[in-house]
Amino acid sequence: MKYSQYKAMMAIARASFRSITRSPSAVVFTLIFPLIFILVFGFINGGNVHLNVGVASDCNTANPVYYKAHFIPAIQLIESENDSIQNKQLEKGELDAVMKIVPVAGEAGRFIVELKTSTAAGEKGIIAKSMFEHLIDKSNLEAAKVEHPMAELKETKVSGRAYKTIDFILPGQLGFSLLSSGVFGTAFVFFNLRQTLVIKRFFATPIRKPYIILGEALSRLVFALLGSVFLIAVGHFAFGFTLIHGFSTFINLLTLSALGLVVFMGFGFVVSGIAKSESTIPPLANIVAMPQFLLAGTFFGIEAFPEWLQPICRALPLTYLNDALRKTAFDGATLIDVLPQIGVISVWGVVIYALAVKFFRWE
Amino acid sequence: MSQPIITVSNLVKRYNDFEAVKGISFSVNEGEIFGLLGPNGAGKTTTLEIIETLREKSSGEVIVAGLNVDHDSNEIKKIIGVQLQAAGYYPSLTLVELLRMFGGLYNVEVDTMSMLRIVGLEDKAKAKFKELSGGQKQRFSIATTLINKPKIIFLDEPTTGLDPQARRNLWQLIESIREKGTTVVITTHYMDEAEQLCDRVGVIEAGKIIAMDSPEALIDNLIAGGFHRTKKVKEASLEDVFLSLTGHEWKDE
Repeated sequence: MKYSQYKAMMAIARASFRSITRSPSAVVFTLIFPLIFILVFGFINGGNVHLNVGVASDCNTANPVYYKAHFIPAIQLIESENDSIQNKQLEKGELDAVMKIVPVAGEAGRFIVELKTSTAAGEKGIIAKSMFEHLIDKSNLEAAKVEHPMAELKETKVSGRAYKTIDFILPGQLGFSLLSSGVFGTAFVFFNLRQTLVIKRFFATPIRKPYIILGEALSRLVFALLGSVFLIAVGHFAFGFTLIHGFSTFINLLTLSALGLVVFMGFGFVVSGIAKSESTIPPLANIVAMPQFLLAGTFFGIEAFPEWLQPICRALPLTYLNDALRKTAFDGATLIDVLPQIGVISVWGVVIYALAVKFFRWE
Repeated sequence: MSQPIITVSNLVKRYNDFEAVKGISFSVNEGEIFGLLGPNGAGKTTTLEIIETLREKSSGEVIVAGLNVDHDSNEIKKIIGVQLQAAGYYPSLTLVELLRMFGGLYNVEVDTMSMLRIVGLEDKAKAKFKELSGGQKQRFSIATTLINKPKIIFLDEPTTGLDPQARRNLWQLIESIREKGTTVVITTHYMDEAEQLCDRVGVIEAGKIIAMDSPEALIDNLIAGGFHRTKKVKEASLEDVFLSLTGHEWKDE
């Protein structure tokens, strides 16, 4: 009977897969962490602007501005009981603005709207300001009885798909899961297999060396993709993660995941090759993983970073994986549409595997 | 006597400037238990690993069952079983799972339970490798060498670190493997072990074989040369005392 390298490779893949599923760190990093992030962000209610506006205790309420403010759903008016407490709340950002309307002495029907905002409220202070400007303008026009205003706004709303928080967060977490599984998993496993002489024992059997790596890599690929399936399923069924074309989108997401994982495993091989001891693996792996975790648009878009940082963001493979995953899931991009992203990821793959071959050590 | 199954001629292994094995020659006969003896660092393990095709030699010739290590290494691996001095297994896999994996690696069907029975680990079938004691790990390691029904097995210091009962138990196991026709090559630095177990031994010192014969012949030669023990040996040793106190049969650790 002819010896089958494939059979031997599958024996290693099966054993290694069992070993991974019994390793707490693999399960935590690939499944639990991303799942927690998805749960946390899944429950955050994103979308509508909501302003907390304090009403000073001596605020005049018998005026059109105050009256109109009542009917704006985004504005929650909060009566003051104690003005100094109210000011503290404003300073802490618990209130986005405080208004006080005072009649102009001696001129009936004229009012001054005093609006206090705080730097603590950030852009909500600015929104509050423009909302009140609008209310005042509207009241002024009515008071002046202008029948033909110079300009009017006519708004039409195009009904769009809701871009939910989960649609942004889930692809990022998928990327994170693949990155940690690929880099940390591979680096530790190959270092340990070498250190504990598991690999050396394999050498004493007729399997050829490349098949040992293929077997190990296959098991990690299967494990990480099962993780991806799990995360996508939880996101889709529990939080309405958008899979725009249903099953075919799902398959495309998995294809991208597989590509990303293979590239990230290359980083893992490099780390396991250059690490001198087990304790140098976490710092080395973090050098690879942390910048990508933070800068590659995992939690927020890279547009949020200062301009000088963005070129770095745009150099990282995870950025392109996250981008491709989001475009696929929400915009319904096909694999051909995200070919530019696939291209950048693949270039990274070629470079990193060239390095991996250079640094790889069997003993 | 039977045919040589392993022939080593003028084997040399150099590491940079250091010559670990300095042109040794010996042969192992089919069906015997052959011991390589010597202090630590003498070159036993290096020699063994070259025969096992795990290490490249610098020069010389090694023939295993008619196959040359230079170009038939994969064929050799199929007919030998190797126990490494320090070998690892996936720590979180059970013994049955590990044996199945080795079955796949050798492309053979394994009757895992009967394999574990041979090495006395049936009741540990569902135990993970990391949960085994030192002696159990060694016995499991020997079980993995038997999976492909090899012609030759190599055991590198299999009893180092074991208690007297576990050692004796392992000797019995090795004897029983040989009785089934398997050639056994073993390294050790315990002379009592070599005397008990080996049909022939080669003594290696600093990369050279300095003596080779059956243990009895080596002892007789020494006595014939006028050797006397300074202290008269009693009828029993401290090990005999220990074994009679704690029991001959080996206990599951």
